[in-house]
Formats: sequence, structure tokens, C-alpha cells
Amino acid sequence: MRWLKPGIAIAVLVVLYLLPFGVSGYILGLLTVAYYYGVAAMAWDLLFGFAGEVNFGPSFLVGLGAYTAALLNHYEGAPVWLCLIAGGAMAVVGGAVLAIPALRLRGPYFGLVTLVAVLMMQNLLVLFAGFTGGEIGLDIPSILTISDRWNYWYALLFMTISGGLMFGLSQSSVGLILQASGQDATQAAALGFNVAKHKLAAFCVSALFSGLAGAMLVFYLATVSVGTVVDLAIGVQFIIAAVLGGRRTIIGGAIGSIFLIGAAEILRPIGQLSTFVVSAVALIVILFFPGGFLGVALRGRERA
Amino acid sequence: MTALQILVDGFAISALYGVGAVGFTLIFGVSGVLNLSHGALMVVAAVVAWYTAASFNAGPFGGAALGIIAGLIYALATFVLIVRPIQRSRAIQNEEKEIFVLTGTLLWGLMTQQAISYLFTNNPRTVLPLVEGVVDVIGVRTPVNEIITALISWAVIGLLYIFVQRTRTGKVLLAASMNARGVTLLGFELSRIYLVTWAIYGLLAGLAGVLLGAFLGVSSDSIGQLTASAFSIVVLGGLGSVSGSLIAAYVVGYIETITAYTVAPSVRTLPVLALLVLVVYMRPQGLLGRR
Repeated sequence: MRWLKPGIAIAVLVVLYLLPFGVSGYILGLLTVAYYYGVAAMAWDLLFGFAGEVNFGPSFLVGLGAYTAALLNHYEGAPVWLCLIAGGAMAVVGGAVLAIPALRLRGPYFGLVTLVAVLMMQNLLVLFAGFTGGEIGLDIPSILTISDRWNYWYALLFMTISGGLMFGLSQSSVGLILQASGQDATQAAALGFNVAKHKLAAFCVSALFSGLAGAMLVFYLATVSVGTVVDLAIGVQFIIAAVLGGRRTIIGGAIGSIFLIGAAEILRPIGQLSTFVVSAVALIVILFFPGGFLGVALRGRERA
Repeated sequence: MTALQILVDGFAISALYGVGAVGFTLIFGVSGVLNLSHGALMVVAAVVAWYTAASFNAGPFGGAALGIIAGLIYALATFVLIVRPIQRSRAIQNEEKEIFVLTGTLLWGLMTQQAISYLFTNNPRTVLPLVEGVVDVIGVRTPVNEIITALISWAVIGLLYIFVQRTRTGKVLLAASMNARGVTLLGFELSRIYLVTWAIYGLLAGLAGVLLGAFLGVSSDSIGQLTASAFSIVVLGGLGSVSGSLIAAYVVGYIETITAYTVAPSVRTLPVLALLVLVVYMRPQGLLGRR
């Protein structure tokens, strides 16, 4: 039984890596976006599920990475690898800025700061639309590759590596300390753990992967706009993905976001109402199965 | 001239914000819930008022009444369908309930937004004004409806004050916001108190929505901004503090009006957000908040 969980994970990954030989480019394109969203959802889960910080603005960190990379590439013509590094670094700076209030404020106040961060970013991007492209978007001269398959593999590889690192972190002693400080910061500090240091680290790691996901997404879509990376609705989608998949699992974020993209695609015929149905499903899961998909699966097996 | 215009317009919009924010802070004070579907409630009330007045010949007053009733029903639905099940759930740990309520109400607001934009499109809707005509206030041509808006808002806030200070039910609400366990020990049913609070909240926010609809017009796209405005006001004033919310409503209302007149209407919320971040960093309990 000890090998069951890793076994399933490896089997699923092998299937996913072989997928480009079996399905159409269209489906690969959908999954590519799902994987980038999945990384952002997993990064959110690291903050919420483990450090206990409610971040209502995951799209702030993703947007920082995306726009840093996009602006560098559009105006300076910087090479892709440099843009990715700069995007990730900028997001880490943003994460550290967010972490300062998080260490002082609790519960709804911190949630509010993150919400405000997204709204301000959105407003500023639209206000300086001449520079940033605003709602219409900014075209990106460089792309990762024109091949559907390679785009898919890049995204999957990125998700595997970042998911693996974050999952490893969450299972390590650092993850345990984070969980302890999330649940009772005073007690964790009394036991001699440096709560501030661990939380700051969690913010930086979460921001790094969110920013990288945003920057990679920009070079896949070859455009960047408020609606694709910053909008509050996008941030909510990351949160829904992580909660649907299962909190405190990291991997749940990836599962949830693949489900969300798939559901949106299946519901495409009903047009506008698809967001309504997806939100309703998410609401029902939250009300009746707060553990998410993985929560249901794990609990089901324990009972058997 | 513009300064006087800002003074008059800002007064009315702030009074209206005050009504909505007082309801928002009331449910936080009594039941500890931050309702992220607040904007959706206001827009539902406004859209119902607009639709019934135009399509069922309900007239401006009938439409406004139906709009407020819609607000009441929507608030109770939010409580019974979303908030109460989460609060009572055994599967969710206590320390996580707050985030679940936030996420749940956010999703509920998102669903409402989609439903409204599907049924009525996301074009801005303007509710019929209660009273037509224009008068002169300190040299500014002002629609009578704007004056009515300010008057109704302040009358309702006054009524709420009398209700909380003078009536038995009101006193129980006040007590519940101070110490919920103490109130239950005195033999009051907490679940009934919550229901009453949510009903009052629905009426207040519904009224604010209808008035806003007649004043600026609303669309399904304004839901997020409205929630953010209400949230900013109550945090600025101090969560749970009614008088703080009223002062903050005026601060926010005037800053927004000044920005809309002097910079651009599209960025009217930006300076408020900046101020909010500053307040949260320097004085997280708000102007008159208690910790």
C-alpha cells in the first residue's frame, strides 16, 4: 500500500507525457494553459493550506511575473530566458512586499490587502494603457516554440518540477513548521520556531512559481492583457481550482485546474452560462465536500 | 463651480454608500461574516427595480419597493443557502470557516453576476428616479432625486439608530455584537438574531442598490467594484463600528467624487484603494474600530 500513491502519480505522469502522440493539437493547447494555471493554484495552496494565509490576489503575483516578462520583451527585446528570470524575480519582490502586512495582520485584513493589490494593479494597468496595452493587450514578439507538442511538454515539465518541489517542501519539516505557524502562530513561536522567517520563505516560494507561471503563459499566448493574467476572476479561478482539487495537498491545485479548463470546454455550447455552472459546482463542492476531490478520494479509501 | 458640484454630488453618493456599508458592518458585528456578495445584492435590487418599473408598469415607487424586497430575499438566501451551512458544517474546521464563508459568498456573487448579465446583458441600467425635476442648491443645478436620495438615506440611518437604541429586538442585536455567548445565556436564540440581522441588512443594501441605480446606474460589471467600495468603507471606519462606517462613507464618497471630476471617472476607486492600504498598514483597526 505504501507504493500505491507514488505509483498512481507516476503512472498518471507517464500517460500525460505520452499524450501528444495520441490527441489533437487543440486539446494539447487547452492542457498547456491548464498546467500553467495549475502551477499558480498549487502556489496558492502552499500559502493558504500550509502557511494559513488567505491570498485573494494570486493573480497579483502571476500578473507581476507576466507583465515584467512581457514589457521587457516588447520594449527591450530581451531574450526569453532573461524575461522568465526577471518575471520570477519581480514576483518574489511582490511576494515579499505582501508578506510584510501578512506578518502583522490577521485573517480578513490580510485578505483585504491582497484583494486591494489586485484591484490597484488592474486600475493602474488600464490607466497607463498606452504603455501596458491595458485591456486590449500587448503583443509579444518572442515565443517559446511554435510546436504544439513542445509547448505542451514545456508546460508539463514546468508543472512537474514546480509541483514536485512544492510538494516536497510541504512534506518536509519546513512544511510542518509552516502548518503549525498557520494554525497557532503563538504556540509555534513558543516551541522555538521562527514563524516570520518560515512564512516569508513560503511567500517567496509561492510568488516565484506564480510569477514564472505568468511569464511562461505570456510566451505561450504571445500576448498579455488584464483579462488573461490579472483580472480578479482569473485569481478566483486559481482559488477555486485549489479548493476543488483539495486543500493542503498541493497536487490538488493541478487536478482542479485541469478539471476547470476541461469543464469550461465541455460547457462551451451554453456560452455565457458556463462560468455560472462552474461557480455553482465549486460552491456545491465547498458546501458538501470541503476536502475537495482528493479529500473525497483519500477518505473513501480510508473507510474501505 | 466644480467644487460646489463635487460638494453636492459627493454628499448624496456618500449618504447612499453609508446605508449600504452600515448593513455590511452590522452583519460583521453581529455574526462575524464578511459578505463578498454585497455588490451583487445591490445590483440585484437595482435591476429588479428597473425591470419591474419598466416592464410591469409598477411605476417608480412600486419598482423601488419590489427592488428592496428582492434585496431582502437575496440577503436571506445568501444566509440560508451559503453562510449558515458553512457555519454549521462539521467537516470544516472552525479556524477555516472564515475563509470558506469568504470564498462561498464570492462564488455566489460571481454566479449572480453571470446570471444577471445572461438575463439582462451587462449594459448599464438606470432606475427610474422617484421624483423628476431639477432645483438649485447653493448655485448648483441638482436633480430633485439626488436630494431625495440623501434625505432617504439619512432617514433610514436615523431609523436604524432608534431601532438599535430603543427597541427590545434592537438592543438584543447590539448585545449580540458585543458578546454572543452572553446573549444566549440570557435565553435569546442566536439563530433568530442572525436571521433578523440578515433581513435588516437585505433591506438596507437593497435600498442602497435602488438609490444607486437611480443615481449613477448599475450593470452586472459593477458588482466587484461595489463590493470593494463597501469593504473599503467598513475597514476604513473599523470593522463592526457603525459610526466609523458612516464617517468612512463620507471620506470614500468624496474622494471618489473628486477623482471622478478632476481625473477620470474610470479610476474613481484608485485613490481610495491606496488610502486603504495605508490605513491597513498603519492602523489596521480602522478609524473607530475596536480590536
